[in-house]
Amino acid sequence: MTQAATNLRIALVGNPNSGKTTLFNALTGTHQFVGNWPGVTVEKKEGRLKGHQDHGGSGGSGAGNVTITDLPGIYSLSPYSPEEIVARDYLLNERPDVILNIVDGTNLERNLYLTTQLTELDIPVVVALNRMDVVERDGIVIDTALLAAELGCPVIEISALKQTGLDALTATLLETACVPHTPKPLQLHAPTGTAEDIAAARYAYIDALVDRCVAPAPTDRPSISERIDAIVTNRWLAFPIFAAVIFFIYFISITTVGALLQEWVADGLFGDEWGIPALAAHLLAALGVTTWLESLVVDGIIAGVGAVLEFVPQIFMLFVFLAFLESCGYMARVAFIMDRLFRRFGLSGKSCIPIMIGTGCSVPALMASRTIENESNRRMTVMTTSFMPCSAKLPVIALISGALFGGAWWVAPSAYFVGIAAIICSGIILKKTRLFSGDTTPFIMELPDYHLPTAKAILRSTWERGWSFVKRAGTIILLAAVAIWFGANFGFTEDGFGMVAMSESLLAMLGNALAWIFAPLGWGDWRATVATLTGLVAKENIVSTFGILFNFSEVAEDGVEVWGYVAANFTALSAYSFLVFNLLCAPCFAAIATIRREMSNAKWFWFTIGYQGAFAYAMALCVYQLGTLVSTGRFTLGTVAALALVAGFLYLLTRGTEELTGEHPQHHQHGSDELMRHDRAGDQPADSTTECRFQYENQCHACRHHNLMCPGLYSKGKRTAEDTGDDDGEPDER
Amino acid sequence: MTLADVAIGTTVSVTDIVADEVLKQRLLDMGITDGAKITVRRFAPLGDPVEIVVRGCALVIRKEDATHIKVKQ
Repeated sequence: MTQAATNLRIALVGNPNSGKTTLFNALTGTHQFVGNWPGVTVEKKEGRLKGHQDHGGSGGSGAGNVTITDLPGIYSLSPYSPEEIVARDYLLNERPDVILNIVDGTNLERNLYLTTQLTELDIPVVVALNRMDVVERDGIVIDTALLAAELGCPVIEISALKQTGLDALTATLLETACVPHTPKPLQLHAPTGTAEDIAAARYAYIDALVDRCVAPAPTDRPSISERIDAIVTNRWLAFPIFAAVIFFIYFISITTVGALLQEWVADGLFGDEWGIPALAAHLLAALGVTTWLESLVVDGIIAGVGAVLEFVPQIFMLFVFLAFLESCGYMARVAFIMDRLFRRFGLSGKSCIPIMIGTGCSVPALMASRTIENESNRRMTVMTTSFMPCSAKLPVIALISGALFGGAWWVAPSAYFVGIAAIICSGIILKKTRLFSGDTTPFIMELPDYHLPTAKAILRSTWERGWSFVKRAGTIILLAAVAIWFGANFGFTEDGFGMVAMSESLLAMLGNALAWIFAPLGWGDWRATVATLTGLVAKENIVSTFGILFNFSEVAEDGVEVWGYVAANFTALSAYSFLVFNLLCAPCFAAIATIRREMSNAKWFWFTIGYQGAFAYAMALCVYQLGTLVSTGRFTLGTVAALALVAGFLYLLTRGTEELTGEHPQHHQHGSDELMRHDRAGDQPADSTTECRFQYENQCHACRHHNLMCPGLYSKGKRTAEDTGDDDGEPDER
Repeated sequence: MTLADVAIGTTVSVTDIVADEVLKQRLLDMGITDGAKITVRRFAPLGDPVEIVVRGCALVIRKEDATHIKVKQ
């Protein structure tokens, strides 16, 4: 075959925590493309194999590309989680040239389970036996040659972390891809029968295999991980240690070092005297551009995007810690100790990480929610994380607290309390709706061994996440900033349309037009409405908008200059209602864009934004109306509405869970779709020359003959021809 | 007896899994098959979930799910 000169596709498959990402990075270097698999929030990573041009034998002229696709970490090919479905779809429909199966040498039994399934797919498999350095250190001996002979595919010893054995692996991969694939004799890993029989048979086969190929370590003392866990997940110490870790991260990345860097960016890079805005202003003035263009660049684009980029240092610092916690294995322990607490609110143990980070900035917090496997828990986390007061909301809290509460000590803590209460209540309410009650994915999680990640791996992960944030600041946030700038600076005057003061601008018109909406909340003032709108660019804009609208060109961060005006325009109650609304409503554009990305589904995105807005409105209404009732005894229509809301709220909190109306949970639907596809794959003419290796030969012929599902790999029993009538060949739109 | 009733430090063997398709397949994939040996290592500080060792691998499973796994000493 001449495949070496054409494009080769290698699929990297393996268990979670088997070192897959490390191997992928080692094999591809910087030649990577990150995206999402269509329709799901499972990350899709592809990369070019490094140094493959050396091979191929076409004189260096036209050596083809070797693309490696990093499939999600999976334990099996069962169609029950988005990751498994993505991996299966890819393997069955796209038919890569070679499967590179990474196997954790320190945990052969469980890892080989997936290998037995992969070797039945009739695609050449190369097994990379990872963590050989640890295996050797522990005194375990693996007979790789025997393992290879038994599995019927090459087995290469590597250490992805230490980067050993990679050359041999690359050579074997290319060799395997170049040699015409000859079907190996049928291997019987599993008999037919129920799911139990098949899994048991696979494991029995693996047990026997491991018995023959592996000489276990001479002594069986508790591992380092076990000893660390005895302390870290200890009944009494677990929570104090966790609190200390969170405090440490928060302290370093948000308050001390992070704040210092942020200040430097805000006052230095985007400062007024010597920063980019000043330089740009000077430059534009020197070029003699018109006022409006200068204003667009300086006040619109640079100020708007700068407001977001200010948080980049904090975000990067947070990502460094996050990457460390994730890759060292502590994050799984956090999920373990917190699960009980968070499960009650429809969240996962891992949700506490996003929520904690959310006190700094919602954007990295929302991105951190990716580590949550359960789709429903992850969505719930994305919906509720931005309720936590982030650092950009602190100036708003300071403004309200200073202007109307005399800087009372309880205002700031109460904002956090409101945020936490909003998360808990939303969790309880939403969990009971049909939207969230359908997901039955069980929570079964591996506790990987602790290991010290390399600095390179951490920096890489930090950079990937941080850069995607910066890119977003350059696109959607830029557009939003320009739109808000336009609204705030243009309006209709006697002379027609042109630049005006903010109080006569389009935004002010919009504020006036929308103010009535917020009247029941006690702040139907157009300035408050405009401030809320500009707060969507960045929450701290609320303070500077008040400054502009009350005719101050420049205000301190807590807006001390405008306190008197704010106090004159608000009452204590309406100010607190304003605060509550702005804490809970849709976050800033950066976070909104992140929600859109993390949901990767328009329906869920709009539901989230709508829910946040409605929840914020309801809470602010209750605060103002009930507060008015208590303090003045006035009973109005608004009071009735607030009381009705409270009653509805209590009902939603205490009612039973909505049952699904459909006959089957979603998973079953996936299951049958997957079966159809497998059936088609099995029927492709290309496979007709090969022996069916899915199952006992006669069994499988029978399957084909009657167009029945081959039960071996998927253990779903027989299906009739009508069930497998899907022939459009398209991935189903989920 | 189910896995949820097993005391810390005890090793038991699986006799049956009584669960819906999704949970059962997930448990089987993770190596919890009939006859597999499971050691209960510890409970989370709040009493749930539970950490078990199956086939040399540490897993975390909720008690609710553990009740579906029938075991014997």
